[in-house]
Amino acid sequence: MLETIWFAIWGLAWAVYFALDGFDLGLGSLFPFLARSEGDKRVIVNAMGPFWDGNEVWLITAGGVTFAAFPRAYAVMFSALYTPLLLLLFALILRGVAFEFRAKVDSPRWRRIWDGCLVIGSLLPAVLLGVAFANIFAGIPIDAAGRFQGDLLSLLHPYALLGGALFLAMFALHGANWLATRTQGGLRDRADRAAKILWPAVAILAVGFLLYTHFATPLWRNLFQRPWLLVLPLLAVAGLAATRIFAARGAPWRAWFSSAALILGAALFGVAGLYPDLLPSSIDPAASLTAFNSSSSPLTLQIMLGVVLCFLPVVIGYQSWVYHRFRDVLDEKSLDPETSY
Amino acid sequence: MDVVMLSRLQFAMAACFHYLFVPLTLGLSFLVALFETKFVRTGDPEYRRQAKFWGKLFLINFAVGVVTGITLEFQFGTNWSRYSTQVGDVFGSLLAIEATVSFFLESTFLAVWFFGWNKLSPRAHLVSAWLVAIASNLSAFWILTANAWMQSPVGYAIRNGRAELDDFFAVLLQPASLLEIGHTLAGAYILAGFFVLGVSAWHLRRKNQEAFFSRSFRLAAVWTLIFSVLEIGLGHMSASHLRATQPAKLAAMESLWETRASAPMHLLVWPDEENEKNHLEALSIPAGLSVLAGFSPDTEVKGLRDFPRQDRPPVLPVFLSFRAMVGLAFLFVLLSLWAFLRRRQPDRAPGLLRLLPWIIPLPYLANQLGWIVTEVGRQPWIVYGLMRTEDAVSPIEPSQVAISLAAFFLVYALLGAVDFFLLFKFARKGPPPAAA
Repeated sequence: MLETIWFAIWGLAWAVYFALDGFDLGLGSLFPFLARSEGDKRVIVNAMGPFWDGNEVWLITAGGVTFAAFPRAYAVMFSALYTPLLLLLFALILRGVAFEFRAKVDSPRWRRIWDGCLVIGSLLPAVLLGVAFANIFAGIPIDAAGRFQGDLLSLLHPYALLGGALFLAMFALHGANWLATRTQGGLRDRADRAAKILWPAVAILAVGFLLYTHFATPLWRNLFQRPWLLVLPLLAVAGLAATRIFAARGAPWRAWFSSAALILGAALFGVAGLYPDLLPSSIDPAASLTAFNSSSSPLTLQIMLGVVLCFLPVVIGYQSWVYHRFRDVLDEKSLDPETSY
Repeated sequence: MDVVMLSRLQFAMAACFHYLFVPLTLGLSFLVALFETKFVRTGDPEYRRQAKFWGKLFLINFAVGVVTGITLEFQFGTNWSRYSTQVGDVFGSLLAIEATVSFFLESTFLAVWFFGWNKLSPRAHLVSAWLVAIASNLSAFWILTANAWMQSPVGYAIRNGRAELDDFFAVLLQPASLLEIGHTLAGAYILAGFFVLGVSAWHLRRKNQEAFFSRSFRLAAVWTLIFSVLEIGLGHMSASHLRATQPAKLAAMESLWETRASAPMHLLVWPDEENEKNHLEALSIPAGLSVLAGFSPDTEVKGLRDFPRQDRPPVLPVFLSFRAMVGLAFLFVLLSLWAFLRRRQPDRAPGLLRLLPWIIPLPYLANQLGWIVTEVGRQPWIVYGLMRTEDAVSPIEPSQVAISLAAFFLVYALLGAVDFFLLFKFARKGPPPAAA
């Protein structure tokens, strides 16, 4: 029971990370397409400014939850995915410092460097996270000793690449929706247009991914054993439809919440379909790491459950307050250099 | 080189680099909050300028500190997977608690602090300044508790072939951990104090914004003296506690080869690891080490020869780092005392003002040396007495680690250069002129 609760928390932490940092990563990837001037760039950067760091902590929490609740799965997963994971971290490092550094020296060349870091540091994580999770859904060649038996190229099969493309597209749509909530004028128009162009791409990739999932993974079969879990893919589909409808009606916040529902639904669909596996082995079913064979001791799980139940609601509370407090529409003239990037 | 050595190098580099930025965060966050408290209390906008100026430097420093922390957490999985499997039950939970309890708070409210000057009431804004300071120091509490458990594992039982948590409060409240936390935090506060003193002295000597920098100087002088003095006691207690928890480390720190009561302390020593003795022992204080380690000349201190060779840490780096750190600690007491005595009219002490900017790197060095003593001194163990470093590494290829090590080196060297360049630039620029 405890293991199952922790499996759910584990999946939720990743899903919330995707839904929150997803829009930062997506907006950073769209950055060169949306910004026409330095003023535009500053507005885009500051549209994410107060949020990206708090969002990224969800990644650290997701990693920490994996470590604390399922140490063996954490160990095998992270060492098997050694190179993609370190690439992800380097990319996120570049993205993080780009926010702080880009406006610190008044030179176009300096800013170009950090703008480049922002774009690469957003695009690469979006793709890598998709590739990594598609690999987890499909299973990774690990033996009973937890030793990775593949190589880097064996992680780049078509299903994984489709996962990477889907993540990038979903995040980009989510990012365009976010920018629409916080801008006006030309930038807002461009954000709306980007969302409109991206939507069919996301729809095609999502449907393709869901179909391919049936052939490449046991996710659907697992879900059908507990049919009530089908609400998760339904949530994703509903979010996908709703985000188009709300965007067309000029309701950017609702469109953004809908794309968040799309990402949450898609991520939780994958996680629920995995249960009880955390990291299935593609070469030896007995070597798969599950919530039961890789979990921490009951005492650790209980203490951590207490911590999470006490503190995560508080975290969600103050993060919601920050989103509410900093939801105002930005324009380049209102950006005081002393209190913005 | 094998995976163990490469992974050790990588972790050491990532941790040392991360720790170039952490201490200033820990200390400066409180100084910023103190300035802002004075602003809210007195309504004097000069104090708001203080908070904003030092806050700006805080943010530049924080930018690199925060992004380089994630790689440390994740490296336990990527490079030290056997360690993570064996002790994750105890160790992993402390890292997860840190993220949930402290790191969310710190990251979220730092953004509120920076972006919120015109959006929040002064009081609400002050609360965010204090939340950042408290949360970042609370982060240190959890991380150092986790590290202290590697130094002195307690509260666990070996079950199912791994270390499982047995007594959470034993892990949380063990003296080794509380001492490490106190010692490390005081070291961080000294660094932040000398940073503010050095930057202020640089401007005071150039008669630049004297009213502004006299205020920063005064607060930092008091602050630095308090923690420099406190650190002598905390450092001493931390070292003498090693007699109970990590005797091999203590012996290496002092280059003591023979177990004996009334062990002397030599001011000049050069260890000879090959022949298990010292080349040189001069200026000795009879029974000095015994008194320091156990408060009595009769205290028996264990020497390195009593440990099998494969259980000894490398003596020379541990010994030298410890000596240098202790020397710096006493220098900090003298310098901060000097600054304290001149805190009301620092301009009357031109020698002090000329010296202090050059002192800024020394507490950085002392903090790094402290970690070398702690981490190299724990070798060959990753968890003292429980698990060897060589048994902790992931089943990965050396080439993978070699490539990532090179990437770490490149990226971090660039980041470090840029960040210190920016810190210099904005520290020398000073605050914008006060509004008339």
